[in-house]
Amino acid sequence: MRGDAGYPVRVRFAKQGKVRFVSHRDVARAFERSLRIAQLPVAFTAGFAPRPKVSFGLALGVGHESRAEYLDVELRDPVDVPALPALLTDGMPEGLAVTGAAALAPRAPALQESVTAVAYELRLADLAPAVVDAAASAAADAANLTVATTRKGKPVVVDVAPSLRRVDVDAAGGVTVELSTRPRAARPGELLTALRTLAGVEPGEGEDRVLRTHQWIERDGARLEPLAADPAPSAPSGADARALEACV
Amino acid sequence: MSTLWPQIEPLLTKVEKPARYIGMESGSIQPDHRPDRVAWLLVYPDTYEIGLPNQGLQILYEILNERPDAVAERAYAPWIDLEALLRERRLPLFSLETHRPARAFDVLAFNLSAELVYTNLLNCLDLAGVAVRAEDRADDDPLVVVGGHCTYNPEPLADFVDAVVLGDGEEVVGEITAVLAGRGRRDRAAVLRDLAAVPGVYVPCLYDVEYDGPFLAGVRPRCADVPAQVDKRTVADLAEWPYPKHQLVPLVEVVHDRLNVEIFRGCTRGCRFCQAGMITRPVRERPADQVRTMVREGLRRSGYDEVALTSLSSADFSGIEGVVADLVRDQEGTGCVSLSLPSLRVDAFTVGIASEIQRVRRTGLTFAPEAGTWRMRQVINKLITEDDLYASVDAAYSQGWRRVKLYFMVGLPTETDEDTLGIAELARTVVAIGRRHTRGASATVSVGGFVPKPHTPFQWFGQNGVPELRRKVGLLRDALRKSGAQLRWHDPAATFVEGIASRGDRRIGRVIERVWRSGATFQEWSERFDLAPWLDAMDAEGLDPDWYVTRHRHREEVLPWSHISAGLHEDFLWDDWQAALAEHGLPDCRWTPCYDCGVCTDHALEHVVGSARPPAGGSQGTGQDLRAGGLVPVQFRELARAR
Repeated sequence: MRGDAGYPVRVRFAKQGKVRFVSHRDVARAFERSLRIAQLPVAFTAGFAPRPKVSFGLALGVGHESRAEYLDVELRDPVDVPALPALLTDGMPEGLAVTGAAALAPRAPALQESVTAVAYELRLADLAPAVVDAAASAAADAANLTVATTRKGKPVVVDVAPSLRRVDVDAAGGVTVELSTRPRAARPGELLTALRTLAGVEPGEGEDRVLRTHQWIERDGARLEPLAADPAPSAPSGADARALEACV
Repeated sequence: MSTLWPQIEPLLTKVEKPARYIGMESGSIQPDHRPDRVAWLLVYPDTYEIGLPNQGLQILYEILNERPDAVAERAYAPWIDLEALLRERRLPLFSLETHRPARAFDVLAFNLSAELVYTNLLNCLDLAGVAVRAEDRADDDPLVVVGGHCTYNPEPLADFVDAVVLGDGEEVVGEITAVLAGRGRRDRAAVLRDLAAVPGVYVPCLYDVEYDGPFLAGVRPRCADVPAQVDKRTVADLAEWPYPKHQLVPLVEVVHDRLNVEIFRGCTRGCRFCQAGMITRPVRERPADQVRTMVREGLRRSGYDEVALTSLSSADFSGIEGVVADLVRDQEGTGCVSLSLPSLRVDAFTVGIASEIQRVRRTGLTFAPEAGTWRMRQVINKLITEDDLYASVDAAYSQGWRRVKLYFMVGLPTETDEDTLGIAELARTVVAIGRRHTRGASATVSVGGFVPKPHTPFQWFGQNGVPELRRKVGLLRDALRKSGAQLRWHDPAATFVEGIASRGDRRIGRVIERVWRSGATFQEWSERFDLAPWLDAMDAEGLDPDWYVTRHRHREEVLPWSHISAGLHEDFLWDDWQAALAEHGLPDCRWTPCYDCGVCTDHALEHVVGSARPPAGGSQGTGQDLRAGGLVPVQFRELARAR
């Protein structure tokens, strides 16, 4: 279905500030409105109830921020891709900002299938940096890190250790983690719980903060930013270059 | 006054749907609070999802923020999870735009669209840190003002509110602002006296209620300069008020989540059960060109893919066919924008136009015959014949619709079991017609218990009690077994409580307060509703619920709202009540001679309509025979997708 007739485009966006409380689904709706406000020639699915051809990547938890969200949209006609970030941001609520766009190769694999690693910055409220550092070291060394959580409304126990690739703590107690999405993507909230369990400190009044900083597509030994992973062969090289500039 | 955001923000990780509390909608305004500006907090005392789309609140929000002497923000009732956290931390109700505490505003203005939110009004006041009883408020407390359809009987809320605004709010909010702008250090009593002088404003504490045993003897002003009767406000020309200009676009999915453009206000169809139709007279149409502009601009700005042309009976708009055709043409080739005409009428539109709009997604159509037999429909003045209905349904199914929704009431005046069972028979016939066209045809029958409303011809009627409504629902359930129609009904116990509040007098205030103190909020949410605290509270106050709900009123009785006027002559309402009992219909005065209900003649108003001719397909009261004209009446609600 992807890229069958149209012009697929991948955009990167940030979700920061108050708008972090908006759910993944409602962000999708805001994007659909923004696409209409920008009057872009979005392709629609055929059938009884046509839907715009927009597909989102990994969901971001309600309350979490991100500098690296992605979505793919299929257009019926070619558009000025480098102009898209400003055009789309204009129709978005404050805190949602499109920060890059790239024309995508037809039949590029979907974001959900191709993203293999995700990086986050975590900030644990009301914990001394030394305590956080000790918990992070323990987490890095642990063979398993089981966390009680819910999946699809049911209580389950998951082990986040298999997807934890690395964890670092800065002098201020800020945690940087990289999680693998394979075999199953651990959620940053689960990692926060694991760290708090190791530190022996229950969540208090303060809000633990989560910021997604990167998503990566790892393929044949290369580590690619999703905007650069599957460029359209015919795309003017300038467009991709500009998209990449904005990304780092 | 500083923002509460830093305290509220960490709580939002612990509650359901936190985006309800962040504001930031497209169309929202960050106001510049200044000492010389009257600060209004417009509160809808229900959840964000129910309250946000309210057009009245959005209209006043824009009008107030356009004024140099006012600012307005919004608040909605926090759901019980956030309320518990706020109370635990001693944090108050807050505004969405700047997250200011509610007490920092000069006015707390509540929209009241349904009786079951009354306990939420008290809860919001308490959460705001404002005394729930008006008499306990100090000079520097905000003024508590209410508006909306429920205020046509303000007495159950008289103990809790400082002022009540009747009718259209567009003009009067400015006049109230002017009174408060000069408030300065004046005491509360003086401000209230000034407000009572504003037409359309009722200040309950300036009126004494006298009783004669259980009956009312009168509600009379305490002093000579306070009006004995308060008249509603009416905006004469909707064209002067093209609001909302920037409809709010919520980030959370809400009810009626679409662009809504009000095409006219008021309705003279004369359905006798319908309070909205009685109290919003006369009919005032928006010019068709303005409707087109508002739709185009609104879609362009909001990014919505659905627009509804709203009113009490949208298909009655003069030249509706032309407007619809233009809007559909506008959207050709620009993607998927759907158009819907919410309305509760069966007979005022053609399937041809419905098909024009619903080219692709013909999933469901809604018809509201309201009653199961022709006799019953004559009583309520909703003169849809069975032939009208069946022809509409046949046309709908034949053109590809698969599901029909039918709305009915039970517990109407003079209703017999034959009338109730008529609903089932009608539904069975509808399903049979559908199956002639498509094997999967289905029908949903929604039944609500009738609640008599103030300022309607049925205001004297004794409502059916809970057992009687349950019995009637049971009759329907049995009669619809294996019929292919699904039955849905409104809880008769909730209908009973609506009856207490709908026609209650000032004594009901104590009941509402007791129920609120028992913790019963969000009563319109079935999972939160319980009849027991209401009956307990009535009992504790020594009040008989049946006296309020199921008792027929006499002509001579002083009704609790007799000092409030929607412009309708009491003689007109009584005569129409007698006509109902005699099963006589009354025509629509837009297209037939005036029968002097009182609204236009006494208030120098007139209908503003684009055409003196009834719309195509409009059978009721116009004497048109739909079958003869080849026009098939239909009413539809489901969204359409013009390709």
